[in-house]
Amino acid sequence: MSVNTVPCTVKPTVTLQIGDAETDSSRPGVYVIDVTLPIGQTVNIQEISFKNYYTAYVSVRLLRRDGEGAAKWVTCLRNHCLMPSPHTEEGSQDYCSVYRQQMLIEPDNVTSVRLILRQPSSAWLNFSVEDIKIHPCLNEDSEWDIPDWLSDLTQVDQLCDLQGLPDPQTVSCSIQQMWALTEVMQTNQTTASIGRFDVRGVPIVYLHMESNVHITFPAVVGEKDLESKEGPVMLHHFLFIYWLNNVSIQTSLR
Amino acid sequence: MLLIVEDPTAFTGCFVIHLFEEISLLTFSFLFSSLFSLPSLSLSLFHSLLPFLSLLLTLSLSSQPLPSHPAAPPEHAKEPLAYMRKAQVNWEKRILKSLNSMCTELGVPLARKRPAVEQKELTNKWNEMGTDEPDLSRFRPVYAPKDFLEVLISLRNPNHDSSEEASAKSHWGLIQVPLHDRDIPQMREAYSELSLTTGQLGIDDHTHVPPDLFESEHTRIGKKVVNEQDSAAAQQYSRQGCPTGLRADLWALILNSTNEPEDVMHYEQLKAGVIHHDLLVDNLIYKDVKLTASNDDYYFVFEDFLYQVLLCFSRDTAVLEHFSYNSATPPKSYIQGKVGVEEFAVVYPPNGVIPFHGFSMYVAPLCFLYNEPSKLYSVFREMYVRYFFRLHSVSSSTSGIVSLCLQFERLLQTHLPQLFYHLREIGAQPLRIAFKWMVRAFSGYLSTDQLLLLWDRILGYDSLEIVAVLAAAVFAFRAENLMEVTSLTSAEVSVPRPQAGRLSPTHTHTGFHSGPWLLK
Repeated sequence: MSVNTVPCTVKPTVTLQIGDAETDSSRPGVYVIDVTLPIGQTVNIQEISFKNYYTAYVSVRLLRRDGEGAAKWVTCLRNHCLMPSPHTEEGSQDYCSVYRQQMLIEPDNVTSVRLILRQPSSAWLNFSVEDIKIHPCLNEDSEWDIPDWLSDLTQVDQLCDLQGLPDPQTVSCSIQQMWALTEVMQTNQTTASIGRFDVRGVPIVYLHMESNVHITFPAVVGEKDLESKEGPVMLHHFLFIYWLNNVSIQTSLR
Repeated sequence: MLLIVEDPTAFTGCFVIHLFEEISLLTFSFLFSSLFSLPSLSLSLFHSLLPFLSLLLTLSLSSQPLPSHPAAPPEHAKEPLAYMRKAQVNWEKRILKSLNSMCTELGVPLARKRPAVEQKELTNKWNEMGTDEPDLSRFRPVYAPKDFLEVLISLRNPNHDSSEEASAKSHWGLIQVPLHDRDIPQMREAYSELSLTTGQLGIDDHTHVPPDLFESEHTRIGKKVVNEQDSAAAQQYSRQGCPTGLRADLWALILNSTNEPEDVMHYEQLKAGVIHHDLLVDNLIYKDVKLTASNDDYYFVFEDFLYQVLLCFSRDTAVLEHFSYNSATPPKSYIQGKVGVEEFAVVYPPNGVIPFHGFSMYVAPLCFLYNEPSKLYSVFREMYVRYFFRLHSVSSSTSGIVSLCLQFERLLQTHLPQLFYHLREIGAQPLRIAFKWMVRAFSGYLSTDQLLLLWDRILGYDSLEIVAVLAAAVFAFRAENLMEVTSLTSAEVSVPRPQAGRLSPTHTHTGFHSGPWLLK
């Protein structure tokens, strides 16, 4: 949780009620709280935190400013439950947070936040939320430097230039079948030739332990030239994925 | 030296001795020693607690609340509802006032160092303190459960609309706070191991039932659990009852309570503390044991054990850890002349728990299981910091006494409305009868074998909810008799007495399944 918060003004609550507010004796069940940023400022919200006071459900709407400068209200949280049982005390005075990841849309370029509070139970005299704080996203170039490898782990897989080759994800699924085949072969030692194994048009070579596999690679693999290898190949189980145009595998298992 | 116990509302949060921080520990031991001028005690206290840190780290967190929101202050973790915190603080003020006035009236100091002669005498008599007959007539318990009940009855949520008179949701009972509790269908699911189709010790191990049906298999599994030293399995196993021979080991497993040399050393350290210093609460403990356990047919033989455990318990600062999730705050006392100065504050009694009338009954049933004082002490302390503390503090926890009382009343109102209404009309609110049972978790009100079966389930389900269900079940059992009584006193007599009746676990069955009663 980020400690820094954005300075904002919390407007007084507005009740939403059917009928005349002054003459009606029943208590309102819906309150609306507007939280506005100083004019001209926008924020990318990381988290909205508040302290509950007997509110059962909260919906959050954001006033987002898009590229052209036009502002639009969008709902980012719908009927989020704060009190599982509105007639009883559970969750009634808890500290809560709504995080960016829970929101339906990206809370970026927000100028105003509207909290719609609902309390359907008539057991409570009053309800609201207190201490509303908006936490912005941390900048990309924050003062804490994280090492590159860490950021690699958290990044979404970047699509590298495949140069016309198929998606590695789909290929790796199909490799399962190849692996199963080689396992079977390992148990049933034969001198039969496997022949050529194609996976969706891309030949895969799988070298596994203690089998004498003669493989000829006629083509260049990446930046490396693979010489044709004769003789027994003693390798542990690991997978080489070579995107090759043509490869023929002659395996003779002794 | 007379210490003045200061108003605890002067400070926020609780004064928890951080045993993981060397500096504060030394400060504490320095304070303790400066108050009672015994430097050797402070150093050895420090050294003995160091190996104990590793044990603290292995404390199970099952009874502790979930990690709270980062913005929540520590008092929110103790008790989320503000009005309950306030009520607890006011209650503590009253207790301290009572203790202080007793102190001044009787002219007895809160703590004093024993002279060497007295120390020697006590060391010799350690195993037979029951034979001592000190003059305790001037002492009286600080409070009794019925005083606490009045506090709970007066609990009100300022935001709760209680203006309406009789309505569909009005509650007939004494507790008027709208806490959440589970109804029968939800409890049936949660307590599925107590269903009529599952074997239970206490019912299915009686002489007329062939042991092959359930008992021998259950015992075999129990032995396996003990051999594997599997704590989680022991907890699950305990839901169907523990065989008498295995119960001690199973409970120790569930509570993560060991009897390693460092535990024994810790106990010996506490014993040394008892011998060196005399606290006012010691007299309260003596008085309580004499009034309650010594008069009980089952427990009077364990009088000496009770002293050995409770006197040491009062001096155990490790208990202060539990105040982070207990709504109560330990009382602080200041060195004379330095009132309000934090550096000269010390928790009194050292464990922060002031015993009340009936407190010794929490320990008494455990004496049947453990005969080694350090082991007995270790198990009792763990049971206290997990369960028993909730029975005498104001909190909204589902295992707290407020929830148990509310649960009891709601069950009665929902399932026995006629009985409830009748009792209300004659001025015998059911909670006034059942409260004392629940505060002691039925200790002293059930025969010991029945009680231990009940406590098996408390440990197995890690909750005190079953105590409320049993209380309602007792009323359901005696419903016919109770419909005929005309006053509170006759109502109390109508309900089974501890030694006279034997309740079997089917009472809990009935609570869930409205089946026939089996009372032996």
